[in-house]
Amino acid sequence: MKQPLISCKGLRIGYENMTVLEDVSFDVKKGDYLCVVGENGAGKSTLIKCLAGLKKPMSGSITLAKGITRRDVGYLPQQTAIQRDFPASVREVVTSGCLNSDRWLPFYTKEDKDKATRYMEELGIADMAEHSYRELSGGQQQRVLLARALCASSRILILDEPVTGLDPIVTGEIYSIIKELNSKYRITVIMVSHDVKTAVKSANKILHVKNTVQFFGRTEDYLKSAVGKAFVGGGESHA
Amino acid sequence: MLEMLSYPFIQRALVVGTLVSLCSALLGVNLVLKRYSMIGDGLSHVAFSAMAVATVMNWAPLTVAIPVVVIASVLLLRLSGSGKIKGDAAVALVSTGALALGIFIISMRSGINTDINNYMFGSVLAISRSDVALSVGLSLAVLTLYAVFFHRIFAVTFDEPFARATGIRVDFYNMLIAVLTAITIVLGMRMIGALLISSLIIFPAMSAMRLSKRFLGVVFCAAVISVVCFIAGVAVSYEFSAPTGASVVIMNMAVFGLCVLTETVAACISRKEN
Repeated sequence: MKQPLISCKGLRIGYENMTVLEDVSFDVKKGDYLCVVGENGAGKSTLIKCLAGLKKPMSGSITLAKGITRRDVGYLPQQTAIQRDFPASVREVVTSGCLNSDRWLPFYTKEDKDKATRYMEELGIADMAEHSYRELSGGQQQRVLLARALCASSRILILDEPVTGLDPIVTGEIYSIIKELNSKYRITVIMVSHDVKTAVKSANKILHVKNTVQFFGRTEDYLKSAVGKAFVGGGESHA
Repeated sequence: MLEMLSYPFIQRALVVGTLVSLCSALLGVNLVLKRYSMIGDGLSHVAFSAMAVATVMNWAPLTVAIPVVVIASVLLLRLSGSGKIKGDAAVALVSTGALALGIFIISMRSGINTDINNYMFGSVLAISRSDVALSVGLSLAVLTLYAVFFHRIFAVTFDEPFARATGIRVDFYNMLIAVLTAITIVLGMRMIGALLISSLIIFPAMSAMRLSKRFLGVVFCAAVISVVCFIAGVAVSYEFSAPTGASVVIMNMAVFGLCVLTETVAACISRKEN
């Protein structure tokens, strides 16, 4: 049995005095593609913020495997209003992902710049490196933020609703990029999505939350389970 | 025109003013993008109040105002970050509250209306010989810190959650920006005026954003615009015996107008080409 990369035990999560999720325990292993699903307001994003270290759980523990630190986590947050009119070139945004290390240098090293270029090529945005981030389409912006997350770490990626507001074709593209990163480079992916149907196609593990963990396990088992059937099937009426 | 350079008080104003314009332009880009544009306004009112107290007590204005405003900037950041009071309301509270205190204290002593006037609207005569060394030293410190942390300040401004998740000390850099802004405001306000100093933060950044699409480009343009507008403003104020602060702000307004025009024309041309 491999040692889990991230191990959560008895997490209780919420805002101030209100508990949103409790008794959440699950493990993430190397190479996993875990999708966190659940209804709106179920606390998916809050849970993932805890995993990304942005928020402290009210109780319980998140343990990282030996040799893994916060700096091995690449994070793709939901887009903020500030970014929509931010003057920055694609290269500037992607390279800023390299700032996670402990070094105290005030400038980027050649290594950083090469890394940024490599990931821009990987994600098909190298030809727009000098373009303005705010003038890109939603899908291109997500690729830029993915490249930035990869600059921060190529071990664990935490993605918070990466396809919100994108059209179905672009959504498919983003999902296949993430899938490829997971299978080709063995990058561990933890993703929140409310687009359950597409998500279950690529993820190998599902964590379904509502008040507490409703289901945690392999995707095949999820689709056979009562929760899974109801949620994946029930999703149709929302769409 | 060049004869104005022979006056020592104008030389002093030009040296200090150029450095302060540089600082305010650089910080301004971050503040405008972070939606903190009005923090300068709030802090300048606090500075007004601190200087009023200093005048009444016969203390050196700068040495009183700098620590007070630095503390105020930290409090302001905490207040708007706490979520209980929204950012704009927090600034308004601090700004008007401080102004009221300042006016109240200054009214305790009669015959210092000139000082009020100077602090409100600025005076080119405000920079004394002893202020120059302190002002130059502090502005160089602001510029150095900004340059050293440039990339990290960018990361924090562009995407706070991401920066936090990757281990950048976001709170430290937010604090740094607030403290540097506080110092810049105090240094600049006596020349430009408490009521006008926030324009030095906002205008160059807004103008520069019309011209460049890259962060480094915007920062560079803002710095150049700010310094050019300041020097032109001083020259205009000398020529027409007008207040320095107002002249500098008018220059900035004119440049902003030009930048908007340039952007519109450029957009029209590129639309036609497509």
